[in-house]
Amino acid sequence: MSASRTAATAGRVLSQLRRDPRTLVLLLVVPCVLILLVDQLFAGREQVFQSVGVPMLGLFPLISMFLVTSITMLRERTTGTLERLLTTPLTKLELLLGYGIAFAVVAVVQVVVVSIVGFGLLGLNAAHSEVLIVLLAVANALLGMAFGLFVSAFARTEFQAVQFMPAFVLPQILLCGLFVAQDQMAGWLQAVSSVLPLTYAFDALDRAAHDPTLGPRFWSDVAVVVGATLLALALGAATLRRRTP
Amino acid sequence: MAATIEITGLRVDRGGATVLRDLTLGVDGGVVTGLLGPSGSGKSTLMRAIVGVQVVVAGNVNVLGLPAGTPALRSRVGYVTQSPSVYGDLSVRENLTYFARVLGVARIRVDEVIARVGLADMAAHLVGRLSGGQKARVSLATALLGEPEVLVLDEPTVGLDPVLRRDLWDFFHELADGGTTLLVSSHVMDEAARCDRLLLLREGLILADLAPDELLRRTGAADLDAAFLRLVEGSAAG
Repeated sequence: MSASRTAATAGRVLSQLRRDPRTLVLLLVVPCVLILLVDQLFAGREQVFQSVGVPMLGLFPLISMFLVTSITMLRERTTGTLERLLTTPLTKLELLLGYGIAFAVVAVVQVVVVSIVGFGLLGLNAAHSEVLIVLLAVANALLGMAFGLFVSAFARTEFQAVQFMPAFVLPQILLCGLFVAQDQMAGWLQAVSSVLPLTYAFDALDRAAHDPTLGPRFWSDVAVVVGATLLALALGAATLRRRTP
Repeated sequence: MAATIEITGLRVDRGGATVLRDLTLGVDGGVVTGLLGPSGSGKSTLMRAIVGVQVVVAGNVNVLGLPAGTPALRSRVGYVTQSPSVYGDLSVRENLTYFARVLGVARIRVDEVIARVGLADMAAHLVGRLSGGQKARVSLATALLGEPEVLVLDEPTVGLDPVLRRDLWDFFHELADGGTTLLVSSHVMDEAARCDRLLLLREGLILADLAPDELLRRTGAADLDAAFLRLVEGSAAG
């Protein structure tokens, strides 16, 4: 493991993003506009905004990083840079860590900006510190990155990669408990919901926002999110084949 | 002593078809070896096998005495793919700086190789905005960074103007004189004349392994183009 190669990779991914200011602006502005929209949508029903605001804020980075990673990694595959990198001393672990560090940095910036809007301007409240919300959001960003990395192996074009968002992430958002609490879903939906990682990501955010004690469920939620991230990364790493047919 | 690149009984299948069939050959250092053949003859596949990114069905590929693609070889073998594999959204210098750090090469090499491929004026330009030939040179510069002992170059001079092509070939010979093993593919026969040794590949088999003047002598053709055609058509008929 070389820290220098990992840092170089993180720096390179960040430089690529910096070269695309429109994407950066969209990454930062869109979540703010959406949370403002939700605030206005539930004007006069303050408790609805309070209950969905924090989970929304903590789930944005997952969607953003899913899309950004799947496209970036798909480009690495299709332009031959991945094949070239795998013929150099760079290891898969260093490559994945480099990606992880870069996208975690972006996620921190994104969540801090949305948090300033949500907590500062729109009066969102959380039972626990905003720092905890930011940390959970970064964990979710890494989960999104790991998903994106994995699905990029199954897309041949950028069109396909983008379609994996509604196919892979949207059902998880619908079933995570944000729209309908898990215990009010039909039995089979509850079963599906309970095997989807986003359900646990949502529950952790919900507890950080509304549960003064946090409790053991919170920590098991976090463990599931971290475990799902590591599993998706391992599966993603398995798709980074040096030898291809 | 064994050759720098030792290939025995190599067979590669791609998409259900056999691309390389029972190929055996050795490539030595100190000379520029040209790999020539019509498109689809298996040149790129052979090169991919040598750098260890190709799934092979059978046979052995050893480079510098080690199995192709082993980690110990990765900083000793340079590889340039046919289509430029560099980041279009980074500048020339940013691309090379990144690969220099990955290869653990001193930063000073970055400007050296940029000058070497004639891109000193373009160092700050985004690779995505360069012409095809310029992109190809960035890709080549990347492989030169680590001063590898073995250089595998898949059509490195496609789309380059004659002056630049001559300069690069002179440079390849300079490297070979210094002991580097170069395997360069091309489908342009006038480049064949610049090689010390030619490997003519056709349908996954080595059709001929000889020096350019020997090819002319053996076929009695006036130029290498005609010689190659005569050889290919002669083998197809026979």
